[in-house]
Amino acid sequence: MTSVYTMDEPDERNRLDAMAQGVIGKPLDRLEGPLKVSGKATYAAEYRIPNCVEGVLVTATIARGQVTAIDDEAVLQMPGVIAVLSDDRMTARAAQGGAGKSPVRKVRDVQYYGQPVALVVAKTFEQARHAAKHLRIRYREEPDPLVDPEDERATFEPFEDPTVQGDLDQAMDAAAHAVDVVYTTEGHNSAAMEPHASIAEWDGKTLTLHSSLQMLRFNRKELADALGLDADNVRLASPYVGGGFGSKLGISPEGAAASVAAITLKRPVRVVLLRQQVFQCIMRRSETRQRLRLAADAEGRLIGFGHEAWVSNLPEEEFAEPVLQASEFLYPGDDRKLDLEVTRIHRVTAGSVRAPGEAVGMQALEGAMDELALAMEIDPVELRLRNIPERHPTLDIPYSSRKLEECLRKGAERFDWDGADRTPCKKREGDWWIGTGMATATRVHNLNKAEARVTFRADGSVEVASDMTDIGTGTYTVLQQIAAEMLGVDPGRVEVHLGDTDFPPGSGSGGSWGAASTGSAVFQACEGIRSKLAAKLGCAEDELTLKDGHAVTGNRRIAIADLLGDEALTEHARFKPGKITEAFAAAMYGAFFAEVAVNVYSGEVRVRRFTGAFSMGRVLNAKTATSQCMGGMVWGIGSALTEELAFDQRDGHIVNPDLAEYHVPVNLDVPHLDVLLVEERDPAGSPLQAKGVGELGICGAAGAIANAIHHACGVRVRSFPITPDKVLAGLPEV
Amino acid sequence: MKGFDYSRAEAVTHAAEQAREGARLIAGGTNLLDLMKLEIERPDALVDINRLELGGIERTEGGLRIGALVSNSACAADERIRRDYPILARAILAGATFQLRNKATTGGNLCQRTRCYYFYNRDQPCNKREPGTGCGAIGGVNRIHAILGASEACIATYPGDMAVALAALDASVEVSGRDGSARMIPVRAFHRLPGDHPERDNVLEAGEVITAVVLPEPVGGTQIYRKVRDRSSYAFALVSVACVIAMEEGRIGRASLAFGGLAHKPWHDPGVEELLVGNEPSDALFDKAADVLLAEAKGQGANDFKIPMTRRVLKGVLREATGRAV
Repeated sequence: MTSVYTMDEPDERNRLDAMAQGVIGKPLDRLEGPLKVSGKATYAAEYRIPNCVEGVLVTATIARGQVTAIDDEAVLQMPGVIAVLSDDRMTARAAQGGAGKSPVRKVRDVQYYGQPVALVVAKTFEQARHAAKHLRIRYREEPDPLVDPEDERATFEPFEDPTVQGDLDQAMDAAAHAVDVVYTTEGHNSAAMEPHASIAEWDGKTLTLHSSLQMLRFNRKELADALGLDADNVRLASPYVGGGFGSKLGISPEGAAASVAAITLKRPVRVVLLRQQVFQCIMRRSETRQRLRLAADAEGRLIGFGHEAWVSNLPEEEFAEPVLQASEFLYPGDDRKLDLEVTRIHRVTAGSVRAPGEAVGMQALEGAMDELALAMEIDPVELRLRNIPERHPTLDIPYSSRKLEECLRKGAERFDWDGADRTPCKKREGDWWIGTGMATATRVHNLNKAEARVTFRADGSVEVASDMTDIGTGTYTVLQQIAAEMLGVDPGRVEVHLGDTDFPPGSGSGGSWGAASTGSAVFQACEGIRSKLAAKLGCAEDELTLKDGHAVTGNRRIAIADLLGDEALTEHARFKPGKITEAFAAAMYGAFFAEVAVNVYSGEVRVRRFTGAFSMGRVLNAKTATSQCMGGMVWGIGSALTEELAFDQRDGHIVNPDLAEYHVPVNLDVPHLDVLLVEERDPAGSPLQAKGVGELGICGAAGAIANAIHHACGVRVRSFPITPDKVLAGLPEV
Repeated sequence: MKGFDYSRAEAVTHAAEQAREGARLIAGGTNLLDLMKLEIERPDALVDINRLELGGIERTEGGLRIGALVSNSACAADERIRRDYPILARAILAGATFQLRNKATTGGNLCQRTRCYYFYNRDQPCNKREPGTGCGAIGGVNRIHAILGASEACIATYPGDMAVALAALDASVEVSGRDGSARMIPVRAFHRLPGDHPERDNVLEAGEVITAVVLPEPVGGTQIYRKVRDRSSYAFALVSVACVIAMEEGRIGRASLAFGGLAHKPWHDPGVEELLVGNEPSDALFDKAADVLLAEAKGQGANDFKIPMTRRVLKGVLREATGRAV
């Protein structure tokens, strides 16, 4: 039987703090860490399956048109080549996160440069790749496809109903201080280390896919839909995922292609995307253009707030970079206008990449806030402190636990922030201007439904199972800690099995909801087990203390194994976010403080110090949470300074589709990252009092760096990434 | 990757014999293997020269001879190079990564190919990769491209760092011909401008094998290698300046400069050096040097910034080298 926890109200019981094992929140090492560093964790492409052959995708070299013919004769004569497939069960795009249905399938209808159009299968990977490069595709090309959002033919349509409240124009006129600025950001690639990879096996009825995916519960349906199979006949396995960052939320083209090939050829087929293909046919974060209007009264309190954004996507896609997500709730202002518009262009699918929305929306907003603070000549920290609204400015609902003020104050103290005089060009060391900047961090808290099964085995060990994934974040470990804490056992006695659709459907990893959602299902299952144990002991569940493999109630103490006898206890639990998601504005908060150096000659920027103070509800594991925050800050450096998908404006192809020319930060770009976790319990966040952590560290990080650049050298760059050429353009003569 | 024959050369003459049309010599392979996987390079034969006795750094009359197979890491770590040719060590360390420098060789580094985006994409036109197909970078994304010496056929840049320092040092490339004869090619004349034949990066003839790089007598002075790039490591130069300057009684006694990121070859302009030598250092003089260097500079749009960037960085380097740092 499955017990269900529907979260309609805050869970004030704070049960985890009442438990006795004392492992929740502890900085435990990742339990699968030794496997990963010794090469024993098997990733999707690494299974040795007898009789397996290799497929390589062929991608379109035009932006828009029809495939009229695939001349496969020559390729089929090449050494080792087994088949050339171009089948409408294959997918032409990656699925959006949570789609649960197949993405666009018509591979011969080319909608973007880089779209998969065929699969070449050969005995070896090298043979398949070589043949794929020589497969001749004939097209009927449509002239002048729209590939550039700056193209004058591009038209933008509202993506959703805009938030319009009061009269922003009037507030701007009436404001004592106002800022009206446009920021831009460029496209990003998720750039996970592990490329998308699948091995498909078909037994005539059931399709098994070893793949690298974030949300198996949805991915199973997506693949089944693409293949025309019943979802029960599709099994997915992703026990280890080498990074996702949004790009593996939905199935990607290699999964369906490998499956079609396995079904057609009746043998296992492996397809691994080439690094260039990861860029060309998975997901990009849309470029954005953002207009920010901030109207403040004489005290620096926002009376008007405008944030409008223009983004792009392919035709038919139901996703637009949610740039305004944080702007809906972070700052006050009775007169508001928030409007997100999208244009349809023929570039690779735009989808979720690392904190969709806040990652780019917050860096622009926090840049504009810095400009307002400068105009008012007040400490930018002080400006933020004066603008913490009491209730959600549009929905008029309360916030759940919000430690923004503590993060601002503690972060400032830790960094030794001096915001009194923000005049630029005050400090120089040799050829470098030195400056500091700050920004607020926030990210909406998401919950997702999740199931998990927990078994207290007769020997006193525990097994946790869910199809939840661990994409390198520490999920295995935090679920282990939750179960260990709730059931009073050493974490080493808890086995966690994830990433297989044979297990109960978890929340998947995405939107920072994984730990709080699937963790709550594990929690709920453990509560069920506790109730059964209490019944055995004839006590109330909350009179039961479980610690070190023993149950204690009143003056009785009994070993769990003795209590269980030969019988294992299993609980299957389902967690569902209910009315709670509408009742509160729930989010994670933080504050960034950065020190940068700007070269007076070249405009190069180096981050010298970077502090982040974050609150995310209960910290389930201080080490993995800190690492998540650090990772976000690293991506923040990339977003601020280096990351940019460059598109050829003529045919929409990505010119820098590899990690040599798409610049993610390298070690030398990243200074010591100082992460401060601000203690919090959020009863509205989850039954664990935890919220999400994965994405918070990037949300606003680039804004702090941009603001520090201005403080250092007086150049305000409103176009991210802030590459040396852009800084140079504003530097004084030397 | 296209199938290929593999053979191991046991002697330089042997390598030269096998280095026929369609064959490639392989040493570290750090660039060649990537290009082969992408089928930008499609040799039908690889001649492995790693067993040749071309390692080691030896003294010559006055200078040093760096064997073609000396790894970049070993070269940059050599005590004599760090002491007498610090600009070379610094340039090498400014390039690539530890892992690549461990594998990359002195001779191979000279032969690394451009990073032009269009060269790297087989589905785009590129006169360097496929002569006669056109240049995708002109009118395309050309932020990293040349501002000096480009042609209508090609605006690619030579991407390396080591050769820029070697050009400033006026080193020579020792080459063995198919008949066993040796010739010396000044580094400054080793790489070509694209002209109508951008498919040819350098002046090596078929069958020629680089056997060493020969450094002249140590020149002393202040040696600076300044590389401007988009990130702190593992990024090619937007602009780089290799500068060797010796002051004599308050005047610039000797000056030798070369530039990376500007052209299809490490850029060397004797006019810049002539202008500087014999004069007292001043900002006005440095501005004039930049005027001479950039007189013919032409941007392609996205790389226009390289002109002011070069001007400013050159000025900073000259100030530092002449002791006039502000």
